[in-house]
Amino acid sequence: MLLLTCPCCGVSAEETEFHPGGEAHLKRSGPGSDDAAFRDYLFARKNPRGVHFERWRHAFGCGKWFHAARCTATLEVFGTYAAQTAAPPAHVLEAIRARRPDWISEWEQDR
Amino acid sequence: MSSRLPRGGRLIDRARPVAFSFNGTRLKGFAGDTLASALLGSGRSLVGRSFKYHRPRGVYASGAEEPNALVSLGTGDRMEPNQRATTTELFAGLEARSQNHWPSLETDLGAVSAGMAKFLPAGFYYKTFIQPRAAWKHLFEPVIRRSAGLGPAPAAGARDPDRYEHFHAFADVLVVGAGIAGLTAARRAGAAGARVLLLEQAPHAGGRALADGGRIDGADAHDWVAAQLAALAQMPNVTVRLRTQAAGVYDHGYVLAGERVADHTPGDGRPRHRLWRIRAGHIITATGAIERPLAFAGNDRPGVMLASAVRDYVTLYGVSPGDRTVLVTGNDDAYRTALALLDAGLTVPAVLDVRARAEGPLAQAVRARGVRVETGRGVALAWGGRRGVTSVGICAQAGEGAVLEEIGCDCVAVSGGWSPVVHLWSHCGGKLRWDEAAAMFVPDPARPPLNHDGRAMVTAAGAASGALRADAALADAAAAADRVAQALDLSPSEAPAPRAETVDEAAPEAVWMMPHGAPAALREKAFLDFQNDVKVSDVQLAAQEGFESVEHAKRYTTLGMATDQGKLSNINGLAVLSQSLGAPIPQVGTTTFRPPYTPLSFGAITGAARGELFKPVRKTAIDGWLAAQGAHWEPVGDWRRPYAIPRPGESVEDAVTREVLNTRRNVGLLDASTLGKILVKGPDAAKFLDLIYTNMMSTLKVGRCRYGLMCTENGFLFDDGVVARLSEDSFLCHTTSGGSDRVHAWMEEWLQTEWWDFRVYTANLTEQHAQIAVVGPKARQVLEALEGMDLGRETLPFMGFAEGTLAGIPARVHRISFSGELSFEVAVPAGRGQAFWDACLEAGAAHGIQPYGTEALHVMRAEKGFIMIGDETDGTVTPHDLNLGWAVSKKKQDFIGKRAMERTHLTDPDRKQLVGLATLDPAEVLPDGAHAVEGAPRPDGIAGMIGHVTSSYFSPTLDRSIAMALIRGGSRRMGQVLRFEVEPGRAIEATVVDPVFLDPEGERQNV
Repeated sequence: MLLLTCPCCGVSAEETEFHPGGEAHLKRSGPGSDDAAFRDYLFARKNPRGVHFERWRHAFGCGKWFHAARCTATLEVFGTYAAQTAAPPAHVLEAIRARRPDWISEWEQDR
Repeated sequence: MSSRLPRGGRLIDRARPVAFSFNGTRLKGFAGDTLASALLGSGRSLVGRSFKYHRPRGVYASGAEEPNALVSLGTGDRMEPNQRATTTELFAGLEARSQNHWPSLETDLGAVSAGMAKFLPAGFYYKTFIQPRAAWKHLFEPVIRRSAGLGPAPAAGARDPDRYEHFHAFADVLVVGAGIAGLTAARRAGAAGARVLLLEQAPHAGGRALADGGRIDGADAHDWVAAQLAALAQMPNVTVRLRTQAAGVYDHGYVLAGERVADHTPGDGRPRHRLWRIRAGHIITATGAIERPLAFAGNDRPGVMLASAVRDYVTLYGVSPGDRTVLVTGNDDAYRTALALLDAGLTVPAVLDVRARAEGPLAQAVRARGVRVETGRGVALAWGGRRGVTSVGICAQAGEGAVLEEIGCDCVAVSGGWSPVVHLWSHCGGKLRWDEAAAMFVPDPARPPLNHDGRAMVTAAGAASGALRADAALADAAAAADRVAQALDLSPSEAPAPRAETVDEAAPEAVWMMPHGAPAALREKAFLDFQNDVKVSDVQLAAQEGFESVEHAKRYTTLGMATDQGKLSNINGLAVLSQSLGAPIPQVGTTTFRPPYTPLSFGAITGAARGELFKPVRKTAIDGWLAAQGAHWEPVGDWRRPYAIPRPGESVEDAVTREVLNTRRNVGLLDASTLGKILVKGPDAAKFLDLIYTNMMSTLKVGRCRYGLMCTENGFLFDDGVVARLSEDSFLCHTTSGGSDRVHAWMEEWLQTEWWDFRVYTANLTEQHAQIAVVGPKARQVLEALEGMDLGRETLPFMGFAEGTLAGIPARVHRISFSGELSFEVAVPAGRGQAFWDACLEAGAAHGIQPYGTEALHVMRAEKGFIMIGDETDGTVTPHDLNLGWAVSKKKQDFIGKRAMERTHLTDPDRKQLVGLATLDPAEVLPDGAHAVEGAPRPDGIAGMIGHVTSSYFSPTLDRSIAMALIRGGSRRMGQVLRFEVEPGRAIEATVVDPVFLDPEGERQNV
């Protein structure tokens, strides 16, 4: 059972206090998108062994959604951050790189 | 035969005899005994029968690793099978029964002869009993079920009368095991300032030091243990809990532990078990080591025991496992057992040491007391009867088992070396390393389980880390505690580590089979897993048949799959496998260690969550009144709602009919408070709801209501309800009863994660308002009698809403209808709900008002062809499938689900569509879920299924059965007669009709 820290209210709490919401930073494909893009938006999800960005909600706390950067293999949590962003913030990317020097980031172009 | 010694027994109090019974026979033990020591002290060597062959079995160990001595404890509602006698504390009146035999423990007709055993090799159940097929169900399975298995399940009607609880605990450092290593680690971590929790599974601290003695820091080991406990008790930041076993280690320092609070003091009012749910900053596993058995023919006979267990029974409980004990070993430690036996005045006819030399100080001490020590020797075969071993045949360990000499004995103490208890280390991914010299798997500190911060969360200490000897264990534990303190940013204790005086021990030799070249005849009698009856020959057969992975071999042979989870058998088994495969042990590896370490009771896992506390019931403001009327309840989401409110002597079915007809003819009263009510407010509220709902909500006028649909991004309908526009920037969104939390969370998710620039707030007001529907042709007369609001047709038209006061209570009145009748849904503050309900009943008495329940509501909505989320929808149904395309905006550029509705599968004209069904026999009601079939049967005999019934009722209004169904291409099938196969050979026929059965023009509601 994971320990997560809600970046909104600052509480570190048990996983049972949170609700998982799957992969973070999905880009919504609405009307006008082509079939492949819409299919990927609905169904194609990353399943990496290693660094992963996830959505969580502090369901039994402040109720806020947030994002967590986590290692799916070791369960290490590199950081949590507010959900109102299209890309992981720099300090989270740095925390990941400090622990996983070989990690290849898809967010490089955003830095 | 075993017996109680006249003296000795560190843990028992001879002044306090304790009476108990075993298989109905009254026996006596002492306070401090375990059930196992009391049984041995009473001369009971035979305590059970094995799983597969029903072989007689005796106590083998002295702790949690015991495979044989499983008993059923207690009677009636308190009967519990498969309890280990070695960890069961004796108490006055304890009732134990042995298991897995018929008619009696001594005479078991199920016993499988040695000749028969050949036909039950590894995986026999995969190979035999295959033909003829019918014989499996009627012949083989019943026989196998009767002869296999352990203790009986409690009676079907039994209800556990005991109390259980959960306890949440937090610690900087959790230390598991209060042997000398655990005590040292806890004391040093505590001295460094950490909040420490020390757990010990036994009722006493000290671990092996209690039996093995020795001196620590100049004191006798047991006095040193007592001094440590006293010192820990003085430390306010340290908690010590005995009888509490850490069962499993989970992610990020989460640990479950089971405390046996009152197993030994039944009926004293305390909870029986307590489940500890611990979050620890760091876990130190000082869980010790377990001695390994030796695999020789006849090694499962009663009287063959672990050398350490023999020592425990003599030293701790004053029990002699036998008068003449042959010791068989490959290490020096086991010689301590010979010394303990000699000190107790018992006879050791011989020590058989597999090693070429036995010159260590312990071996010399045994020799010096006149005991014959044979080196390079082992046991070829143990002879005996059902009461136990009577003699052993000595052989050369290097040979093939030719018996050199037969030695009479009634106990054989065996030691195949020691295995550190690595379970907790391994549960969450800690890796192991094979120590070739000591022949054991030890935790690899370089690959520990990791915490949320990526640092190690478990440290093994003492024997559990491979430091088997007392001096090494103390130094290791002190160093571990200091490392952990540093990792927690605390200053490690500066006190020197405790020091033990120990004697040198010569290098051990691992023995996986005895003798080394044992032929098949011997290997077929050499047991590895005592509880599941797995022999050396079974593992070799598995290897031969290609089960090379240790995980496959385990499942094929069932090695390590019994309730003891192979605590004694796993290492020996995988060593035999590795020899059979010609691969080194570390390459073969271990099977996965999974929690719990020993079984937790279901009671402990359940805790207080049973009966009324299992799931809290949500109740409306009218619940008490409805209960007093004798409402027949049904669960709706977390709520309970009245299915019907029968009058005295009236059947539930008749009540539903009466409620429907009265509402259609006069006026009915419904508690609709469970409907979700979500307030959406803000400058962007209308824009937001245009995206959430499929219809256009921004065009809704203040004071008006609109029925709306919500879809997922897949385009599937998931909730519906009426939206009222309260003001320019605020909307009240009604949801289904079960959906209010889900819909509120759904809105929040989109607001927070996609459209966070929208200026919108949401609030779930479901429980703030009682909502009461006054329904029927006379509804307006009832409400007008309450006075306060003009509810006339012009002032408050259909789909309008108004705020005001009714009967002196603030009210919000919605003219909406789920029944097709003239209907007012009135929301009042929840605290005034009952008062408003009473006022309606009083004002309605002259008009024949009657309350109605959810079933009448369902019947009336089905008569009108209104859909119900969860009946007509199942997560794969679109609004168009339900003829609700009119509620899907074609003007809006975007809403959730819009893009999906363009996908080819969702625009397929052959999708299942909602239709009404009129059975040819109007009295026959289709079963819910019945499948419509069409065309010739497929090769498997099942005809093509084209859809299913989603709602089906007998309509009192129409005096005939009505139903709705989702049917492939349904909208093109009007007038067709469909067949619903409700059971083999019987079909119900029904005509496809419009789903609106009553008042299609809506004249009844619009008055």
